[in-house]
Amino acid sequence: MIKLINVHKWFKDLHVLNGVNLNVNQGEVVVVCGPSGSGKSTLIRTINQLETISEGEIWVDGKSVTDPKTDLNLLRAEVGFVFQHFNLYPHLSVLDNITLSPIRVKKMDKAAADKLAVELLERVGLAHKKDAFPAQLSGGQQQRVAIARGLAMQPKVMLFDEPTSALDPEMVGEVLQVMRDLAKSGMTMMCVTHEMGFARDVADYVVFVDQGQIVEQATPEAFFGNPQHERAKQFLGQLRAH
Amino acid sequence: MDFSQIIPALPDLMDGMWLTLKLMVMAVVGGVVLGTVLALLRLSSNPVLSGLAKAYVNIFRSVPLLLVIIWFYLAVPMLLNWITGEFVAVGAFTSCLVAFMMFEAAYYCEIVRAGIQSIAKGQVNAAYALGMTYGQAMRLVVLPQAFRKMMPLLLQQSIILFQDTSLVYAVGLMDFLSSARSRGDILGLPHEFLLFAGLIYFVVSFAASRGVKHLQKRLAV
Repeated sequence: MIKLINVHKWFKDLHVLNGVNLNVNQGEVVVVCGPSGSGKSTLIRTINQLETISEGEIWVDGKSVTDPKTDLNLLRAEVGFVFQHFNLYPHLSVLDNITLSPIRVKKMDKAAADKLAVELLERVGLAHKKDAFPAQLSGGQQQRVAIARGLAMQPKVMLFDEPTSALDPEMVGEVLQVMRDLAKSGMTMMCVTHEMGFARDVADYVVFVDQGQIVEQATPEAFFGNPQHERAKQFLGQLRAH
Repeated sequence: MDFSQIIPALPDLMDGMWLTLKLMVMAVVGGVVLGTVLALLRLSSNPVLSGLAKAYVNIFRSVPLLLVIIWFYLAVPMLLNWITGEFVAVGAFTSCLVAFMMFEAAYYCEIVRAGIQSIAKGQVNAAYALGMTYGQAMRLVVLPQAFRKMMPLLLQQSIILFQDTSLVYAVGLMDFLSSARSRGDILGLPHEFLLFAGLIYFVVSFAASRGVKHLQKRLAV
């Protein structure tokens, strides 16, 4: 479903991604973790080309992302993306946030888009908030709306870029629950997150990124139980210390 | 001082005020549209487009408005004559409107540009991630938010434009100030009429300015 082949990226002199190879099959859930500044956010943003790459290839659902001939808007419509800071549109109601792209990009008619949006809001437990504005919601609620907004495009893949890092601790659980349900429904997912409980429960495998490279890739049991790489050991040690 | 003659002159003065308001509203609408286009060009990653927009803004901000009005009055008919090959009559109103629109667009451009830049980058990223094109992201996500933020500044600039429309006296257009002045001259009461005109400009501008302040407070919440 997602394939990265020898991906490199430079910000001027800084080598942010250094030869990343990764393969995510249909229905798999992959958790990406690593110390801050390791390039994990950049990595996930290259998959829908919010970040360009300097070298290498990226394929999503058999289509090249990096080929200049690819229609990027069409491809992005099939890849859901959830941001750390939600990025809901503050000038639109919850319902309009969700239906904007289905109506404008996928040319769905308004009634069908509204119906789909309400179904998705029920799924994330927020149907009663459909007429609220983002500023009236808590962080956890905003993030659940953002997930519904991504799902409304009926994507083949969902990408999550630290979806719970900006949340107060008591709101992390509700967002993770939505993500767990989504994983159970068979969605192909890639998540940058430090939520190790989530990784342990739903990830097919964990990818550990350091200094722009994937230094370890293992099942959650192997990664948490017996990390091979020195930096992975250090990283896990620091996480546990907190 | 004899202000009693102002009342019979009111219909004439109203005609002048009507022209002033018509000119202002049309210039604001045209200026904001052109200013928004200029702002998008200025923010474009294409150096030729952003350079052209920047040059436009710098030129119009560096010449007096009065000069632009006179210049357009003389140049627009000549330009049209040159393009179409025949003589086209362009009224003073049209040439003034074009002059105001193009002049104000330079100022509106800077306001709109700042407004667009104040919208967090995450908004554009979200729009892109949801499959929107640059045009859709601007039209549906960024500009509606930017305009809401900059509404007070745009209105403030429009109040200045309201006062500046009085410069059309230079090409003989009968706006509010011109009609007050000519009435006063005819009746031999220039001071009374000018004082009255000043009072009206003050009341309209001051009330509008207070209205903007009020709006600013409401939008800030």
